[in-house]
Amino acid sequence: MDLELAARINGFLAALVLLTAFAMLAQRRMNGLIHLFAWQGLLLSVNAAIVGYAAARHHLYISSVLTLGLKVVLLPYILHALIRRLRIHKEIEVVVNIPTTMLIGIGLVIFSYQLTAPIRELSTMVTRSTLAVALATVLLGLLMMITRRHAVTQIVGFLALENGLFFAATSATYGMPLVVELGVALDVLIAAFIFGIFFFHIHATFESLDVEQMARLKEGD
Amino acid sequence: MAEAMLLALLLVPLGAALALALVGDRRLAPELNILGSAATFAASLRLALQVHGGGPFLAAGKFFFVDAFNIYLAVLTAFVSLTTAVFSRRYMRRERERGRVGQYGMRFYHAMYQLFIFAMLLCLLTNNVGILWIAMELATLSTVLLVSLYRTPTAIEAAWKYFILCGVGIAQALFGTVLLYFAAERVLGEGGEALLWTNLNRVSGQLEPTVLSLAFVFLVVGYGTKVGLAPLHNWLPDAHSEGPTPISAVLSGLLLNIALYALVRCKALVDGATGTRHAGHIMMGFGILSVLVAAFSLLRQRDIKRMFSYSSIEHMGIATFAFGLGGPVATFGALLHMLVHSLAKSSIFFTVGHAAQMHTTQEMARIRGLIRGNPLVGWGLMLGVLAIAGVPPFGVFTSEFLILTATIREAPAAAPFLLLGLTVAFAALLRRVQPMVSGAPPPWQTPLRAAHLPVLLHLALVLALGLYLPPFLSGWFRTAAGMLP
Amino acid sequence: MNAYPFLLEVLQVAALALVAPLFAGWVKVLKCWSQGRTSPGLLQPVRDLRKLFAKEVLLAENASWVFRFAPYLVFGVALLAGGVIPILSVDLPLAPTADVIVIVALFAIARFFTALAGMDIGTAFGGMGASREMTVASLAEPAMLMAIFTISLGSQTTSLAEIVRSIQGGHHLLLRPSFAFAVLAFVLIALAETGRIPVDNPATHLELTMIHEAMILEYSGRHLALIEWAGMMKLALFSYLGIAAFFPWGIAVSRDLRALGLAFGAMALKLAAVGAGIVLIETGLAKMRIFRLTEFLGAAFLMATLGMISFFILE
Repeated sequence: MDLELAARINGFLAALVLLTAFAMLAQRRMNGLIHLFAWQGLLLSVNAAIVGYAAARHHLYISSVLTLGLKVVLLPYILHALIRRLRIHKEIEVVVNIPTTMLIGIGLVIFSYQLTAPIRELSTMVTRSTLAVALATVLLGLLMMITRRHAVTQIVGFLALENGLFFAATSATYGMPLVVELGVALDVLIAAFIFGIFFFHIHATFESLDVEQMARLKEGD
Repeated sequence: MAEAMLLALLLVPLGAALALALVGDRRLAPELNILGSAATFAASLRLALQVHGGGPFLAAGKFFFVDAFNIYLAVLTAFVSLTTAVFSRRYMRRERERGRVGQYGMRFYHAMYQLFIFAMLLCLLTNNVGILWIAMELATLSTVLLVSLYRTPTAIEAAWKYFILCGVGIAQALFGTVLLYFAAERVLGEGGEALLWTNLNRVSGQLEPTVLSLAFVFLVVGYGTKVGLAPLHNWLPDAHSEGPTPISAVLSGLLLNIALYALVRCKALVDGATGTRHAGHIMMGFGILSVLVAAFSLLRQRDIKRMFSYSSIEHMGIATFAFGLGGPVATFGALLHMLVHSLAKSSIFFTVGHAAQMHTTQEMARIRGLIRGNPLVGWGLMLGVLAIAGVPPFGVFTSEFLILTATIREAPAAAPFLLLGLTVAFAALLRRVQPMVSGAPPPWQTPLRAAHLPVLLHLALVLALGLYLPPFLSGWFRTAAGMLP
Repeated sequence: MNAYPFLLEVLQVAALALVAPLFAGWVKVLKCWSQGRTSPGLLQPVRDLRKLFAKEVLLAENASWVFRFAPYLVFGVALLAGGVIPILSVDLPLAPTADVIVIVALFAIARFFTALAGMDIGTAFGGMGASREMTVASLAEPAMLMAIFTISLGSQTTSLAEIVRSIQGGHHLLLRPSFAFAVLAFVLIALAETGRIPVDNPATHLELTMIHEAMILEYSGRHLALIEWAGMMKLALFSYLGIAAFFPWGIAVSRDLRALGLAFGAMALKLAAVGAGIVLIETGLAKMRIFRLTEFLGAAFLMATLGMISFFILE
């Protein structure tokens, strides 16, 4: 596979990742959100495998399998199980309405493109242009965390942010050293368990997962 | 020998964590906790002697790096965790009796405590910038569920905020690390070598300045969130006030230091690469902002632990400002400040914890007559507050004085703001603490046996450091200050 | 002067006018077949038009010249647009003067006058339909332009003939993300502009759910015939526009008769495929609430913008 074709496929997958990030912002249903997150993970995994094949960096295959197992299979399964156990209401409430959120999202994409311009000029890799998409995915995940009121969607936003970071690692460099990748995966897994436990606590104490309720700690009152 | 000590330093807390997870809530758990911490402390002392005698060294095939900067923080971490473990024994026993924590809660608490120590030590001693990040995240994750240990609505809210805000912050730091790796890769080649701090420091002049400046922005936002710099500090007062007091003590006293350590290491790289003072200026800006925001927030607090958390923000702001200022005097002052703040703040939290237990509330309006009720707690709190407010002859005065002189000489425009922050904080703290320690004990106060050893030890050390700085310590500080620009 | 381009122009416009009812019939046939009903036949729209032309025109008393003038204008605009879009060949004499922006503007003129005519009589439904149509237009037009711009970025021109030429010559096109985004955006916009499900149900007889139909409720006789015919032509035109911008292989770029014949066959095949696509979408989706229209068209705008951005970022 020559580098030119790999670069094109990489660009195409990057566009799809960006599309899933926007689609997550526009989602109204919880199940759809989790499916989109799984799709995003799948796209990243395929992307890592292709870059690994084209550039002959074999440790990327391991990253790819790791991402596949963790983000496509395990995390969506945990989220689905949580939703089932806690009998969470399936609709998502938003703080800012969806079209405005999309416009802000577009602004963030342009901003991240500007921000990563110096890196793009310096890099000699085939995947250099996708760093802007990676940073945009990170910022869109952040936007999702800010504009959502439900604990599960905040967590999905957080995980989408981590996806963006993984994508950044494979765009700017040929993936971080394996030991770092493993460590990050371990952290994500621990975080998954922690937020799973958290949801049970929140649900038991507040009887709902609406984070707007958790606003009692205020200044000097 | 040194390598074995280093591995022991890390493996002891890890092993203790596993052991405590199994031992659970039985009688010996707190004692085992203390024992584990003592062994860790002994290992850290031995390692410190090695560094003192032989200078910095690498271990485990360049995986670990020990030099003057991180060894003294490692010793401090091990020491404070030991004294906090001693304090925790009396404190948590009473909490357990009052039914605020259950059996599984105690098991979880002890295991996570040791895991937290392990994560912090790994963070300090590793040479790999990526592992630094992983250990920092691990330290955060191990304390999240400890903050919500009491399962009250406010505790869960605080833990959730902590989790989300610190998680987001640290994700930014990861992006910064990726950019750093990108720049490093071009000079050092691919693979683990490019992430080693020793290598990076060596070639910092060749790293791409634009990339490093961009990376630094992300790193300062990321690690700065964990240091508690304003405006990213929102999680700190909640998280430090809602968990059990021993956890507040180690979070305020130790984790903030470690986040600052990470930030300073990154600043050293960026300064070497860009050759400008921009990174320092950014840190100075954040530092001053934190000092002012915290000082003025101190005036409005009603919860005692919350107030002292803001004090932590203020002092971390001072240290960040000083590291940003750079130069031998300011850096020396900042290093000393990290040390004495840690000791004084944890001692304050010890007394505050006991005061809150005596009155079953954390509201300052309902705490009165501490000196007459329990002289150790009362006087300990009073002296601790005097120490943290920067009254001579306590050590905090020395460090703040050094920092102020450096500021007046190098960046005189910032000095009035710094002074303003310090004075406002001084006034606010004393105004609140004075009615709490004096007067007659109210009827709802209950007596208790305080953990006197940790409090006295910390205060004595802070006083001693203010009066006389032992040469090995000042030698370390000078070496560390020489390494950092 | 060479008569070939003019002949071609006349042929193309005639083809459009004649093919449009057949295309509408084809869509109807497929839809009935997919829903298990008996269809009224491929030529039913032709029969309907013939019936309408024979009927008497009934005008309201307060109908102004706008009301009488609008059907002719709309029909004329549709024919003119048919003369600009390369359906069979790129050799159109009008091609150098009109690009895609002009086409968008032509549709805007037609829509403007239809809306005016809807409000002319003063009935409630006319006004309601006009306002809804304008809402859809205000959201769809920027999106459409954005999608067009994304395409023209690739071929460095907004002239449709040039776009066809450059796409036929290029390679690796299907892997270009901007292309994919623009196609998606265009499909969504076309559904909105031509008034198909999920935006508007063309077969509804419930006035409160109408958008386009409500504006023409008052028309009868030959006026209604012209408007209906223009509506069918609009559907065909959007299909041609999509084909020319995204899948133009088969359109004749040379002047020999063989290429022309090939273009004719390709056009018929592609139209049939587009018809099948329309039926698939219409049968699979339900009509959206009016309030969700902003999100739908916002998504189209977003797709188009993403396509444009990814052109700069990724290509």
